[in-house]
Amino acid sequence: MDLFANILPDALSHHVPALIVVVPLIASAIAAIMPNGRAGWTVAMVTATIVALFSLVLLGQVLNDGLISYALGGWEPPVGIEYRVDALNAVILALIGLVGFLCVIYALPSVADEIEEGKQALFYAAFLVAFAGLLGVTITGDAFNVFVFLEISSISTYTIIAMGAGKDRRALTAAYNYLVLGTIGATFFVIGVGFLYAETGTLNMADMARILQENGHSRVTEAAFAFIVVGLGLKAAMFPLHVWLPNAYAFAPNFVTAFLASTATKVAFYALIRFLFSVFHPDVPFVEMSFTWVFAVVGVIAMFVASAQAIFQTDARRLLAYSSVAQVGYMMLGLGMGTLLGLQAGILHLINHALMKGALFMALGAFALNFGVREVKDLAGLGRTMPASAAAFTIAGLSLVGVPLTVGFDSKWYLIIAALERDWWWAVAALILSSLMALLYIGRMVMVVWSDPAPAHHGEQVPRRHAPFMVLIPLGVIALSNIYFFFDASALVYLSGAAAQAVMGG
Amino acid sequence: MLDIILERFNYIPIIILMMTGLYVIFATGNLVKRLVGLSLFQTSVFLLYITIGKVFGGQPPILESAHHGDEDGGHGAAAGYGSTGYGGADHSDDGHSDSDHGDAGHVEAGHAETSQAGDYTDAAHAAYDSAQHAADPLLYSNPLPHVLILTAIVVGVATLAVGLALVVRIREAYGTIEDDAINAADYSRETGSSE
Repeated sequence: MDLFANILPDALSHHVPALIVVVPLIASAIAAIMPNGRAGWTVAMVTATIVALFSLVLLGQVLNDGLISYALGGWEPPVGIEYRVDALNAVILALIGLVGFLCVIYALPSVADEIEEGKQALFYAAFLVAFAGLLGVTITGDAFNVFVFLEISSISTYTIIAMGAGKDRRALTAAYNYLVLGTIGATFFVIGVGFLYAETGTLNMADMARILQENGHSRVTEAAFAFIVVGLGLKAAMFPLHVWLPNAYAFAPNFVTAFLASTATKVAFYALIRFLFSVFHPDVPFVEMSFTWVFAVVGVIAMFVASAQAIFQTDARRLLAYSSVAQVGYMMLGLGMGTLLGLQAGILHLINHALMKGALFMALGAFALNFGVREVKDLAGLGRTMPASAAAFTIAGLSLVGVPLTVGFDSKWYLIIAALERDWWWAVAALILSSLMALLYIGRMVMVVWSDPAPAHHGEQVPRRHAPFMVLIPLGVIALSNIYFFFDASALVYLSGAAAQAVMGG
Repeated sequence: MLDIILERFNYIPIIILMMTGLYVIFATGNLVKRLVGLSLFQTSVFLLYITIGKVFGGQPPILESAHHGDEDGGHGAAAGYGSTGYGGADHSDDGHSDSDHGDAGHVEAGHAETSQAGDYTDAAHAAYDSAQHAADPLLYSNPLPHVLILTAIVVGVATLAVGLALVVRIREAYGTIEDDAINAADYSRETGSSE
């Protein structure tokens, strides 16, 4: 990490916190005026490379020197907007940056296949706005700024989900429903922020936390807490508020699904952690109570109900979308333990889940690219016709179940240790049982991929067809990282530990 | 009891609007009407922010630099924020405040240090003030919520525009904007294709 901390010249590296948001925003305007999809993709690719580099620089700087506080426009916080990077959001930024980078490589063939040529450049423009919004939510230290960036990313996300309408018109209704529910979520969040502002007189999150600490909590802050949890919960697809997610993921373009599954809900969940731990304090009675009785309990229910729903899906992407809801349940459980170890396990699972779902959705995209696969039954025989992509799919699937030799095992291991630390035996049982349910739905897909014969096409076997290199490389990298980080577990464990320490210790 | 309600009467229309909006979103099957409900819901939140920023008897927060000449000790008179609701929760704008003007300076209101000083000392302003604040010519409504809401309005307009654009596309694809008919069309196609 030292390598990246000092890679940029001083004049530039000081402004990295602002540039990481500004660059994709400006690039989106450039992408919008590009004449064709390939030029638009080039802009997106350059931007994603820069952002990935910046995110690593920030991570390096934070791990070396600690907290970065950047006063936007030179207005000192708490009056001006502050960009505040600690170990937690540096890790999330690096996750978005790197996964975004890999996804954009993969976008070129995938988007060329799914979206009509005339709209591709605009598609990349909307994607870059969403990208900037997600980075903004993560980096800002200002509560109202969180809302603005949340809506910047959400509104552009609605449009890129609706671009799936070229393949299936249900993408339109999925995007519409997401728009209605997403806006309700954002509005709930902004009501909560309004209450907090009324009570504390500041919008700076660190300042809010200080004032709340000094003056204690009132009915107003309790109401604010409830509104913020529901609002961000909607965006993060926390269990009873997840209804928008399955269809949105199932009908969006494959690239969008892969990108959103590994970043968008993660960022909303990050914002939730930020508010629960940094603004409200986990020691406050009503926050502590919500951990045990809301997050842990609902998390466990999510693990079972969403997994059960996943088992009965026939659409491959909708199956994985329900699985995502179940995985958010794991993170909620980790967070709900309210301990340092629990939060660390939750953050570790958040990172790992981005790796595995990114790989799974990319692999499904590769299948869709070559054979138009949508349903689970269409996966038949892909083990023979597309062995490399099928292998990546299998690795990520096993990681999702939590098989040893994959990162999924790491995070479940840490979740179990954290549960044992609190003597929550029921949570351990729930973790193991729901992993078995994951084995059922992933196992079903993997079995179809490897053991069912490929459907004969005009009486002869379908020839072997590799996915394009632009798909295979990012897919391979992200799938193998699922294995690599099992053997080099210390890296992610260290990062998630530092992230948890940053919000719990302070 | 009545006093408690009357003191907070500004919240009553907000709550009614908010609940009407939410109810419309869930009750109607018409996609355009649902967006109307959504806008209503968002607008109620705009009102919530605006009323938070309102201070009874407060002036519009405009800097009047035309009266530089006739200021002596009154330069640092403070803005005392009333006890009304959460009006006290102002975040003072340090950008142009001289907090050094000691004696006339600070009034702690709510949790925020409202040391709004500046070139506002125009006796004529007193005439506009309500009786209870007549002695305090320098009472300002908090401008920050208005600025926040300007941003939120833009967000609301963008959401509405994207929503309406989606409805147009949905009508092109399905020939209807009624939820039931769309679901029926999807259902019949899903079951039709699986047979």
